[in-house]
Amino acid sequence: MIGSSSTRTFIAHAVLLLGILIVAFPIYYTFVASTHTLQTILRPPLPLLPGGEFWNNYSEALTGGVNRIGGVGVDVLLLNTTVMALGIAVGKICISILSAYAIVFFRFPLRMVFFWLIFITLMLPVEVRILPTYKVMVDLGLIDTYAGLIVPLIASATATLLFRQFFMTIPGELVEAARVDGAGPWRFFFDILLPLSRTNIAALFVILFIYGWTQYLWPLLVTNHNDMNTIVIALRKMVSFADADTQWHLVMVTAMLAIVPPILVVVAMQRWFVRGLVESEK
Amino acid sequence: MATVDLKDVKKVYAGGIEAVKGVSIAIPDKELCVLVGPSGCGKSTLLRMIAGLEAISSGTVSIDGKVVNEISPTDRDIAMVFQNYALYPHMKVYDNMAYGLRNRGTPKAEIDSRVRSTAKVLELDHLLDRRPRELSGGQRQRVAMGRAIVRNPKVFLFDEPLSNLDAKLRGQMRVEIKNLQRSLGVTSVYVTHDQLEAMTLADILVVMNAGLVEQMGAPLDIYEKPASTFVASFIGAPPMNLMALGRDGGQPHLADGAKLGVEPPAAATTLGFRPEDALVLPPDAKQGGFVLPAVVEAVEPVGAESFLHCAAAGSRILVRVSGRATAKPGDKLAVAANSDKIHWFDASGKRV
Ligand SMILES: Nc1ncnc2c1ncn2[C@@H]1O[C@H](COP(=O)(O)OP(=O)(O)OP(=O)(O)O)[C@@H](O)[C@H]1O
Ligand SMILES: [Mg+2]
Repeated sequence: MIGSSSTRTFIAHAVLLLGILIVAFPIYYTFVASTHTLQTILRPPLPLLPGGEFWNNYSEALTGGVNRIGGVGVDVLLLNTTVMALGIAVGKICISILSAYAIVFFRFPLRMVFFWLIFITLMLPVEVRILPTYKVMVDLGLIDTYAGLIVPLIASATATLLFRQFFMTIPGELVEAARVDGAGPWRFFFDILLPLSRTNIAALFVILFIYGWTQYLWPLLVTNHNDMNTIVIALRKMVSFADADTQWHLVMVTAMLAIVPPILVVVAMQRWFVRGLVESEK
Repeated sequence: MATVDLKDVKKVYAGGIEAVKGVSIAIPDKELCVLVGPSGCGKSTLLRMIAGLEAISSGTVSIDGKVVNEISPTDRDIAMVFQNYALYPHMKVYDNMAYGLRNRGTPKAEIDSRVRSTAKVLELDHLLDRRPRELSGGQRQRVAMGRAIVRNPKVFLFDEPLSNLDAKLRGQMRVEIKNLQRSLGVTSVYVTHDQLEAMTLADILVVMNAGLVEQMGAPLDIYEKPASTFVASFIGAPPMNLMALGRDGGQPHLADGAKLGVEPPAAATTLGFRPEDALVLPPDAKQGGFVLPAVVEAVEPVGAESFLHCAAAGSRILVRVSGRATAKPGDKLAVAANSDKIHWFDASGKRV
């Protein structure tokens, strides 16, 4: 450890605590607000300690339905968002790992053309191609479906490039050893490439899950029915311009519930991250 | 049980690089063939063509009498040991060894008994649950060997398998590989650029240079009768002393004009003798035959032997003396060689 003197330790801890405070206080305050009645919230100042309305607020939000978003419970929103975020994360990983596999390990005509095509799409974010994509989704009848939420976001040039970079570090000898050992392309992929990529996959999964979870523009366009909304969209709909119309206590509950799943994913995957960093494969 | 036959095998890489320019080798059953040569001469390329990892541009490779040009590495029934071992980093030693058998649908019980008995032979039994990164270089090398042996293939292919080990371990493994290969009786091709490995392991030694076979045969035959100056300076450590002959006025002489004392064959333009065949005599020795006055420039004591770097007849020569050398730099002496230990080469470098 660098510098074990007590002042240094003290300073290090002070900085860390300050950081935690800056990050955590707004979240704590949201939590506090989610445990008070609407009246308490609307009459500043808001207390710094949690109130007694925890069960009431949370059960109302989860099961009672929220008026402004058509009586849909937050449970439905959570389900929708989870399906979408998982679909995007898993889909992106599957597609990008397979594309990278093809580009790195197979020789086929126009290989570099395909590579550059993928590369160029990096410059075309969802927003740029949103109208044609919307048209296609309408024609396919995918408005207000999970497929409509997930499929247009599923291709990922970034993830493909990341996997490509990683695959290029795999020594040719390893590929050849597998061929001599009788592993065909699929076996090589599942038995060797996939296990070697697992820390990359874990890292990407976290990033992509959160990317999917926080999507705003696309879900806003492609869902019309309230029961297909994602939690981020619903949160926006719950907030009205007139303060009095807004059920702030339920907004706070929804906000709290919206950040729980990403936190769970990060915490669950953290062990993989750390393992991947500590025991780098040779 | 297999023979390996190469007939006029050529390899042209994309871009027109001719890596192998027509090589024919016949390896009898159970014999170990060593390919040796300087870096870039096409040894690995040739080996990889036998393995099926590299397409054959022309010529044929046959294993057990069957042409395998179009057969995939998987179906050639070969096993390969790579220079960097190429162990699967995420698999335990056991699974590394079992993987090839599993892919071939070997029954579980048989896989288990084969892996365990191979591990025992290689003294890996206590390491079966480790992953490659938890092993030393030597242990990884053994696992790579084990992975090849356990499959019981027709042919073993080795691409510089010992080049990442330290000198002592290399010597140990060399003996072990030879013993294993002999006791298993598997036809093998072994690539190295270490001439000591080449000499000690080979049943058939193939010396390659620039994509062609320079000489092929039993290692000691090659040592005693190198077919060219290239082979003479490549096989044997330290390399053979080579001295150019001048011939103006019909009388052959050395670079500084000194007489030879022996009659060279008519076509000879280069004379060679090995450091270990050189005899050291006192400077005033009166003796017929090939004797050169020499001045010691440096002495390298190795322990069991010493090497004298000398200047003689306008060139540098190396002389081996056994035990501790009494000569010091600056000493004058005479270097002689028996006429049957002298090699002659013509202008194109061929033996005459
Ligand atoms: N994939 C390739 N594409 C083009 N040229 C290649 C390729 N692989 C090897 N070569 C060339 O072929 C020649 C022979 O290469 P090879 O790897 O067989 O040499 P080597 O005898 O094994 O050398 P070393 O002892 O350094 O391993 C070299 O000139 C090399 O540059
Ligand atoms: Mg090589």
